[in-house]
Formats: sequence, C-alpha cells, structure tokens
Amino acid sequence: MPASPVSRVAATGDLRIVGQAGSEALVQLLTPEGERVDHPDYVVDAPAERLQSLYRDMVLARRVDEEGTALQRQGQLGLWASLRGQEAAQVGSARALMADDMAFPTYREHAVVLCRGVDAVQIMAIFRGLTHGGWDPHRFGLAPYSIVIGSQALHAVGYALGVQRDAARARGPARPAGQTTGSPVAVAYFGDGAASQGEVNEAFVWAGVYNAPVVFFCQNNQWAISQPAERQTRVPLYRRADGFGFPGVRVDGNDVLAVLAVTLSALQRARDGGGPTLIEAFTYRIGAHTTADDATRYRSLAEVETWKLKDPLERVKAFLHRKQLADPAFFEQVGAESDALAARLRRKCLGMADPPALAMFDHVYAGEHPPLRRQRAHLAAYLDSSPDPGEVPR
Amino acid sequence: MTMVQALNAGLRAAMGADPAVMILGEDVGRLGGVFRVTDGLQAEFGEDRVLDTPLSESGIVGTAIGLAMRGYRPVCEIQFDGFVFPAFNQLVSQLAKLRYRSAGALSLPVTVRIPFGGGIGAVEHHSESPEAYFAHTAGLRVVACSNPQDAYVMVQQSIAGDDPVIFLEPKRRYWEKAPVDRAAAADPLHAARVARAGTDVTVVAYGPMVRTCLDAAAVAEGEGMSLAVIDLRTLSPLDLQPVLDSVRSTGRLVVVHEAPSNCSLSAEIAAQVTEEAFFSLAAPVLRVTGYDIPYPPSRFEAAYLPDLDRILDAVDRSRAY
Repeated sequence: MPASPVSRVAATGDLRIVGQAGSEALVQLLTPEGERVDHPDYVVDAPAERLQSLYRDMVLARRVDEEGTALQRQGQLGLWASLRGQEAAQVGSARALMADDMAFPTYREHAVVLCRGVDAVQIMAIFRGLTHGGWDPHRFGLAPYSIVIGSQALHAVGYALGVQRDAARARGPARPAGQTTGSPVAVAYFGDGAASQGEVNEAFVWAGVYNAPVVFFCQNNQWAISQPAERQTRVPLYRRADGFGFPGVRVDGNDVLAVLAVTLSALQRARDGGGPTLIEAFTYRIGAHTTADDATRYRSLAEVETWKLKDPLERVKAFLHRKQLADPAFFEQVGAESDALAARLRRKCLGMADPPALAMFDHVYAGEHPPLRRQRAHLAAYLDSSPDPGEVPR
Repeated sequence: MTMVQALNAGLRAAMGADPAVMILGEDVGRLGGVFRVTDGLQAEFGEDRVLDTPLSESGIVGTAIGLAMRGYRPVCEIQFDGFVFPAFNQLVSQLAKLRYRSAGALSLPVTVRIPFGGGIGAVEHHSESPEAYFAHTAGLRVVACSNPQDAYVMVQQSIAGDDPVIFLEPKRRYWEKAPVDRAAAADPLHAARVARAGTDVTVVAYGPMVRTCLDAAAVAEGEGMSLAVIDLRTLSPLDLQPVLDSVRSTGRLVVVHEAPSNCSLSAEIAAQVTEEAFFSLAAPVLRVTGYDIPYPPSRFEAAYLPDLDRILDAVDRSRAY
C-alpha cells in the first residue's frame, strides 16, 4: 500500500480546505512574522471570526498553563507539565475534531483538554494529586492523560478499529451532543520521545494494515526531557509513515492555521476510508520538561530565545492587527476573559479539599470483591480508632 | 552523604574498576538522570560508556542483553518504577531465562536500577512497588537498599555479579544522609541484616520501609517495648535466617512493605516463617502493606502507605494474641 498523496476537500462550517497529505515541505500558512503565505496543497480560506477564535483558545490555554506553573511553585500542585510553545499545535489539531471524534492525549495536552470542553479545574485536580483522571472520556471524546510514554497510541488504533467495525455493521454508540460526523476518527497525541517506543511503532503497523481511521498527531517539541529529537530518529519523523504504508506530513506546529488545515485534511481522509496519517507538528517546548526539571542543564538559552521568536500567539495577533481583522476591543476582551479564567482557576484550586481516605478504594473493579471490602473496612475501623488525628491510634 | 551521592560513588567505583561496565538509560548522561544518580559520569567516562538512550525501556534492557553477550556489564536505569513494564518481556522472558535457555553458555551480568516506592507526592506511575513481579521470576536476583552505605556497596556487588540483578532504590530515601565508609567490610549481597536488635516483636522490612520501622522501634522503646528490625536487603533469593533467629526469640512477626499485600513478598515471608518456625510463633504473622488497589493519587498517600502508627498498631495486635 503506497503512501500516495491523496487530495481531499475538507469542509467544516466556515473553513474550506483543499488538503493533500504526503507533501514533502513543511506546511506553513502563517509565518512567524504574521504574514499569510500560500501552500499549494492546503488552500485555506479562513474568516476573521475563525482566526479570532483560535487566537482566543491559545491565549486561554497559555493562561491556564501559567497558572499551573504558578500554583505548583506555590505548593498547590505537586507537579506541572508546561505546554508553553505548543499552543498552536494543540489548539489547531483539537479544533479540527468533531464532538464524536476521540482524542488520546499525553499529560501535556492541556489545550486539547480545554478545546474538548473540559473545565481546566479538572487538569489541576490531576496535578494536585486528587485524581488520576478527571473527566468522562466518552462525554468529552477525550481519553485520560497517558503518562507511560506512547502507550495510548495503540488505544487510539483499537478505538479506530471499533469505529471501523461499527460502520461495517451500521451500529455504534449514541452520538454525543455537538457537531458530529457519524464516522468518528481517533487521534493519538504523542511526542518525539514516544516515537522510539515499541508500542508507538506497533500502533503504526496495526493502523496501516487495517487501514484504521486514526490520525497520529506527533508534537515534535525537540526535547524528550534532556534528549534532543536526533536521539530518537535519524530521519524526519513524518517520513516514518512511509515505511508503514500511510502518508506523513510535517507542519509548522507553531502555525495554528496550518495545523488546523493539515489535521482537518487527515481527519477527512480517515473518515472517507483512506486510513491513517502521521502528522508531525514541528514545535518547541519553551519550558522545562516539568516543574521538576532544570532545562538549563542540557540546552542553551540561545536556542530557547530563537524559538520564542516563532511564538504561536504573536503571529496570529500580528496578522489580525495588520489585516485589521480584530480591533483593540477584541484583544481587551480576550485579556479580560483570560484574567477571569485565571482567577477562577486559582480560587477553585485552592478550594479543592482532599478526598476522604476511603475513596481510594473506589473504582478498582466494576464490583468490589470481598477481600477489598475487608481492607476498606479495616482502614475505616483503624481511622475511627483515632479520636484525635494527632494521636497515635492505639 | 545522601543515597543519591552514595549510588553515584558506587557507580563511579564500578566503572573505574572495570572498563566493561556501561550505563544505559533515559537522561542519564548530560542531565545526570532525573534524580542525578549518574551525575558527572558521562563527563568522566565518556559518551560511549554512559549512553543517553532513545526513549524506549524495552530497548534499554534488550540491547543491554546483547551488550552482555558481547562481554559488557551494562547497568540500566529505568527512570521510574511504573516505566519498567514496557521492558517486561525483555526482563522476564529474556534477561531472566537466557542462561537457562543456553544451558549455561550465556552469562547476563546486567544490573537494572529502578527507583521505586512512593511517599514523594508524585503523579501516576511514579510511586509503584513492582518487586514481587521480579522476585516471582526465576533467573533474576532482586535486592533493595535502605541506606547510603548499602547503596554504595550493593550497587557495586550487583554489577560485579554474573547474574542479572533488579536493583531497587527507595526514591523517598534518596536525599537522606548517612556516613558512608568506603573501606568497611561488606556484607554479602544476598544477606539480610539485623538493623536493630530487640526482644518483644520482630519487624521485617526492606528499602523505604526500613527507616519507618526503625522510627517505630524508637517510639516503641519509649513505651517500654523492644522491637527487632530486620532489613531484608535481598528479596530474591530471600535470606530469612536472621528473621527466623529473631522470631524464635520474640515469637511475633510483623512484615512491612509499600507494595500491595496480595501475592507479595510478605506473603512469601509469612509462609516460610510459618513452615520453619511454627512452634515458635505466639501470634500469626501480621502484615502492614499498601492496599490491593492501584497506587492512588498522591493526596491519598498518607493513608495508603504504611507509617509508624500502622506499624505500631500491628505490633500491638501481635502482642495482644
């Protein structure tokens, strides 16, 4: 099955895209300076409202991220994994999804979470150590964060195989509210580091041979903790797709419009039965790996500064300004919205009470079994035996 | 020095003593490992001996097997306990069995270091205690250090041995300090040790829980109770002789670990002690362990992990029999 370029027309409301995966060059529609450029394979006609909406998403995502870092520094969160620099890759791809699509995120996909309609407080609950999950995957079309690197890629393929079978048998779960297509696609988010995991490569094999309706969305943010992307691959990552029998495309991951276009095209290809696509969103992790990491030990500040000049938000702002597609009132309003979100997040986070200890026994099984029930009862009795929490229960 | 520094010194000594020793792992070179256990080793011994690997645990262990077949002594670092499972096939079906499969023709002197256990408020997959899986697997040796001195010595002994060793490091104790005597006579790798002598109840632990048990023994002493604390050190093969000796005098045994109790090390210890010292026991062997649930979100840790109070509660229950 050759990875031949397949032209597609993807239409979603206000946006019309003629897309073609398999393109050799980096797909870019908006330069770092905010200049609109044409791409032969992705002809995009995006109205002002769409660009404003994408810009707003990115501003809010960045603000959530800043609050996450601040709350961690203040001891309110155990850890935070910053998405800074990757707003366009996440917003552009997530806004291409329909309500019945299913995204499989890593622990850094906070902007994807927001775009799927989940309250950002849910992300804070994870990093505060209250829960491992937080949202209902079926309601939001969003699997739980995956921390074991690359493990979710196979889940996305399996989900896509289920979609494929449902279509063949004309069955499927009830559609969620919102814009749906009836032929959902699974999207596996992962990074450059994950591309080295066997499981990710196995996912490529499975998706290829079964022609699964899945999009592999790789955010190549250049660093897997301390290791540069060159430690994971000798060829550009998107080119790996060719060996697995489906197209790969490299997109400027800091260009939200290009990411949106490329993702829409790949999704449409999958919906139409064309099979998987590997998208490599070429971007950069501006922050450290997490708040527990010190990036100055392994990379130069000069490199970080170079990437800051390619900021995903600034280029959209510059374009909107230059083309007079948004007035100052718009930017003020987004700023105010961002402030309100941050204040609310902070208030909610500080107000999150620790759950009762016995709640840790919930949800281990569909039905609790007797030995586990005895353990829960034992802990309950033990906790009751201590009238004063400060006293040793004896 | 801290346990991190002791491990670092032990690895440095092993690399200096034997040019066949190599280190493989994620972020172990330039960064020095996420816990800095390998800090400075790449600068000192070179990039061909301290490998910053691709992000692939199966790859780390699998290639270590090939390197061992070529005469090297690889030391693998698995970044966190919960990340060892992608390498499970290589560990359980390959590393553990190749000597047996080759009728002794192959030697696999591979050490796999794993920071394990909870208590540091981490996110999911960063606080697990997977030791029973490995202790259950014939062909692997499994040890856990509890203090800087043992860390320094045991890591070198593990590397020098000709069998694969799963080397468990209690990450919550990484930053606790204690003197390290580099010239001290070393106990054998696979020997348990009496960490504190006592006459009323025997308490057995390993890795992170040894410190907790010693703290409990200190509190118990203030209440007129004498607890013997035994640091198991080796989980496979087990060395229960010091435990049996102690139980024959105390008649009471409490086994403590962070891992869930079902099919755990404490289950094996209870069974063996019951077999070997049945008539010495004045009470059933009691266990203080994690519960049989996935490692919970960090805000539950205080209730999930065995602590001083739960250990003393078990001691009281044992004495009440």
